[in-house]
Amino acid sequence: MIGIVSYGSYIPKFRIKVEEIAGVWGEDAKKIKGGLGVYEKSVPDVDEDTATIAVEAAREAIKRAKINPEDIGAVFVGSESHPYAVKPTATIVGEALGVGNDYYAADLEFACKAGTAGMQICYSMVKAGMIKYGLAIGADTSQARPGDALEYAAAAGGAAFIIGKDPIAEIEATYSFTSDTPDFWRRDLQPYPSHGGRFTGQPAYFRHVISAARGLMEKYGYKTEDFDYAVFHMPNAKFPVRAAKMLGFSEEHISQGLVVRAIGNTYSGSSLLGLAATLDIAEPDERILLVSFGSGAGSDAFALRVTDRIKEFEREPKVWEKIEKKVYVDYAIYLKHRRKIKA
Amino acid sequence: MVPRSWRKIRYRYDLRGSYCENCGNYHYPPRNFCPTCRRKGKLIETLFPEEGKVVSYTVVREKEPYVVALIELDNGARVLSQLSCDPDELKIGMRVKKAFRRYGEDGEDGIIHYGTKFVPVD
Repeated sequence: MIGIVSYGSYIPKFRIKVEEIAGVWGEDAKKIKGGLGVYEKSVPDVDEDTATIAVEAAREAIKRAKINPEDIGAVFVGSESHPYAVKPTATIVGEALGVGNDYYAADLEFACKAGTAGMQICYSMVKAGMIKYGLAIGADTSQARPGDALEYAAAAGGAAFIIGKDPIAEIEATYSFTSDTPDFWRRDLQPYPSHGGRFTGQPAYFRHVISAARGLMEKYGYKTEDFDYAVFHMPNAKFPVRAAKMLGFSEEHISQGLVVRAIGNTYSGSSLLGLAATLDIAEPDERILLVSFGSGAGSDAFALRVTDRIKEFEREPKVWEKIEKKVYVDYAIYLKHRRKIKA
Repeated sequence: MVPRSWRKIRYRYDLRGSYCENCGNYHYPPRNFCPTCRRKGKLIETLFPEEGKVVSYTVVREKEPYVVALIELDNGARVLSQLSCDPDELKIGMRVKKAFRRYGEDGEDGIIHYGTKFVPVD
C-alpha cells in the first residue's frame, strides 16, 4: 500500500484584504469579493520565498512522519515562482532538511499543478522500488502585476507530502488530463504572468478539472458517492464550488478544503493546502478526491483513502489554525514584502 | 563571495553546531577546535534544538530596522541570530523557534543566501 505517509504546510502570517487592494485601484471591493469569493490573501515576509516556504512545510512533514531525513530518496519542488530561473530550489530544500546527497531531485513547473505532478512521480518511484520515501512539495509566492485582476488572489504558501509505504492515506488511483491550452503564461524574463481573462474558465479550468475527475472515476470505477471529501484547485472560490456542483458534490464535501476565501490562491500550494486541511479532520476509511489544475493546461486527479494510521498521526497545528493566525498589512507594506519597492 | 557563502551552508541552513565530548560545551557556529579543552577536546557535529529564549537583543535601525538577538537554545547553547518580528513585540525571555529565511542576495544577478533566523513561538 503506497500513499501519503506524512504532510506539512506553511502559510506566511501576513494578510492583505481585498478592500485594501481595491481602494488603491479605485475598484469596488464588494463586487470583487462577490465575483471571486476571496476576502483576503496571504503575503510573504520580506525574507520569505518559495524555497523558505518549501523548507518550512517539509520540516513539519518530516517531524510528523518521525523518519530520518536521510531515508528520503527524492525531492521534487513544484512552483511557478522558483527563486532562480536556473538553479534548483530542490537542492536548497534537500540541504536544509538534511536529506544528505543520496537523492533524486528536480524542480517542477506546471503553473498551479506542479506539486501534484511531484506526488505522481514520487508515487511511481516508490512503487518501482527506487526509493523508500519521496518528498513532493507545492509552494509559491505567486506574482501578479499591480492593478491586474490576479492581484486580488495571488498569494503565498505551500504544502509538503511524503510519499511511501504504510501511509496515512493510500493513493488508490491517479489520473491526468492534459492539453495545450494557453490560458495563462509567463514568458522568459517577464516579471508577471499574463492570462486569457474569461478564457481561463470553461476551456481551461473546467474542461481539465472535470475531465480528470471523470476520467479517474471511469477508469477506476468510482462514483461521486464513493468520496467523502473533494478538493479542487482554487484560483478563486467560485471555480471549485462550480466544479464540485458539476460533479454532483455538495458544499459539505468541499468546505473543509476551501481555504482560498481566507488566504487566496497559493498556486502550486493551492489544492495541496486544501488536501492538508481535509486530512486534518479525515477519519479512517474516508475517501478524498483531489483534483489539481495547472494552466497550459492539465489536471491531476487522485483517489485517496484514509487508513487507520491517521489515528496515531500528529495533525496539530491544523491548516485552519494557521490561517487564523494573521497580521494585516496595508498596500504599501505589501509592495515592500513582495519586493516591488526597495529602500 | 560564492565559495565563502557555500562553505557556510551546512551550519547556516540548519542549527548544526559543535559539541565537545570532553567538556560538554556547545558552539555555534561550529568549531573544529575546543576553546576550553584545547588539544584534549573531542568535537562532534550535532543538530541543536529548534527552540530557545531571547537573552538579549538590539534593533539595528539602518534603512529598514531589523532585530539581532542573542538566543539561548534549550540545550544551553547560545546563538546570535536575526529575529524576524515586530520590534514592539520584543521581550527578554520570550520563546523563539528557528525559521528558514533569506539572508540576502548578491545583487540582481548574484546568488541568494539562505539560512536560519528565529521567529516568536506562537
